[in-house]
Amino acid sequence: MNETRLVTRRMADHPADSHTIERYEATGGYSQARRSLQMGRERLVELVKESGLLGRGGAAFPAGMKWSFLAPARPAYLVVNADESEPGTYKDRQLLERDPHQLVEGIIIAAVANEVHHAFVYVRGEYARPARRLQRAVEEAYGRGYLGKDIFGSDYDLEVVVHLGAGAYICGEETALLNSLEGHRGEPRLKPPYFPAATGLYGKPTIVNNVETISNLPHILELGADGFRKLGHPEDTGTFLFSVSGHVRKPGNYELPHGITWRELIFEVAGGLREGRTLKCWIPGGASAPWFVPADHLDLEITKDATGRAGSMLGSGAVVVMDDTTCVVRAAQRIVRFFAHESCGQCTPCREGTSWLEMILGRIEEGAGREVDVDVLLDVADNISVGLAWPPRMTTICPLGPSAVSPVSSITRYFKDEIMAHIHQAGCPLR
Amino acid sequence: MTAPHRWSEETLARARDLIARYPERRSALMPLLYLAMAEEGHLTEAGMETVAELLGITPAQVLSVASFYTMYKREPVGRYLISCCTSISCHLLGSDELLAAIEDEAGVPAGETDPDRLITVESVECIGACGGAPAVQVNYETVEGVDPEAGRELVRWLRKARPEVIVADELQTLFGGRTGFDWAIPDDEGAVGPYPAFGPLGTAGRES
Repeated sequence: MNETRLVTRRMADHPADSHTIERYEATGGYSQARRSLQMGRERLVELVKESGLLGRGGAAFPAGMKWSFLAPARPAYLVVNADESEPGTYKDRQLLERDPHQLVEGIIIAAVANEVHHAFVYVRGEYARPARRLQRAVEEAYGRGYLGKDIFGSDYDLEVVVHLGAGAYICGEETALLNSLEGHRGEPRLKPPYFPAATGLYGKPTIVNNVETISNLPHILELGADGFRKLGHPEDTGTFLFSVSGHVRKPGNYELPHGITWRELIFEVAGGLREGRTLKCWIPGGASAPWFVPADHLDLEITKDATGRAGSMLGSGAVVVMDDTTCVVRAAQRIVRFFAHESCGQCTPCREGTSWLEMILGRIEEGAGREVDVDVLLDVADNISVGLAWPPRMTTICPLGPSAVSPVSSITRYFKDEIMAHIHQAGCPLR
Repeated sequence: MTAPHRWSEETLARARDLIARYPERRSALMPLLYLAMAEEGHLTEAGMETVAELLGITPAQVLSVASFYTMYKREPVGRYLISCCTSISCHLLGSDELLAAIEDEAGVPAGETDPDRLITVESVECIGACGGAPAVQVNYETVEGVDPEAGRELVRWLRKARPEVIVADELQTLFGGRTGFDWAIPDDEGAVGPYPAFGPLGTAGRES
């Protein structure tokens, strides 16, 4: 199965210099940014709405609709979320390193569409090299008059600042990111009233979009709404970057249309499992997502809706594949540990609950589990995410707490025998 | 109380430049905390006081923010900070064995620094190198596809070669294996200390 390359086209065709402004312009770059200045807000918002582009950061919210919600007060701000930290996800890193000008051009288009004159890119602190590449691209764009005062000789000013985070997963949540960018602790804000489009950065209307979302914009202008829609699935247009990792032969970032099946993605695109191994389960959309198992989900179409109806999400596009050698208790504990570590501590169910889930899973894995522990796990989980519903019925400010419940609800649902075997054998049955 | 460390004129100029990039002063807090680390190797009380003064906020407000983020090190760390990812994808491909090998070779458990103050080992959550698992970073420069023996060699090499600048491509060539995507474009910039090397912070190495 071949990839459908849009945002990864240039890096595939010109691997040695896809990051330079010379190559970018030689392959048509910045012509759509120029065009966007002629189009103006109304036409650009309409175009992106018609394209059907869904946000690629995890929530899959329609990008054009988000733009249309921007409150009329000015100044308004654009913030690009490059705080890619969902375990399993490494696609934005590739876009930043290999085609940073594509992002800069997308930023210009998004800024013009939202009448923004000051944009920020919040890059996670661990992405030093991607941030350097982007910074160099920004400087090159300033050098040619594509950023700064009177861009492209128009009377439009646009400043772009690359801002480095400092190691906090929660800053990927958009309101936490805004707090962080304002120089505060990265604690999520309560919605309402803090919907960024109304009350965002410095209390001003703000658009927060993911790197991949923004990187698609030059292509939507070039192809037109219909051309972009045609590339993908009718409900889920364009392409999607899947970050595949874990026990597959060919892990990697793959740019594909929606609508293929999990079987095709895991066994054809990612090369299947290693010799003699079988597929046990996989996470379809980042560490926050409930898991899938071969018996129920292998032939499902990969779309936002089909994944949602099956009780999970495509999220950030991170597919983590586990084979039959995997101890699911240990894997779940590892994910829960992550959320316990990254909880900001504002909401009691998350702050307390995630740590308890981690400890209970840990003792089961070490062989000190008790018969009642499955019930205790489910009870704690229910206190974080009522009814273990998906999508969660939010009782916390942000979805981090409910995310920690996903691995717990998954293993108690599909692998209860393996949990009980840990308890009855006082240790891991797979070792 | 000891006399506060005075920032160099160059660093102060950089701080003023950073502050000017933002519509509101306080937004420069995070980059200024990195500058403070670059000045003294880690974040000291004096460093945080200087940041507070530059931004017109209190040292307590600075500490409140600094303590929220794991990359601001408020205790001394080694010249080389080895961060081993032990999140799910790396875990599935042997990160626990890799961490154990690195701890053993460095002679310190995760979270600690060797007696020479040369190497600090830490276990960290996902660093976005899942397709090249298991991965580690040295001073926030990534190496992918590292097996336990290569992890040991990395520690020995840091001790012996004591590189001035940590360059990801060099580490990848010497100690790495499979990468999550084709890196393709070599980079000669790198880190000169245990904080991210990023131009506006003035820490990118091998600049002429």
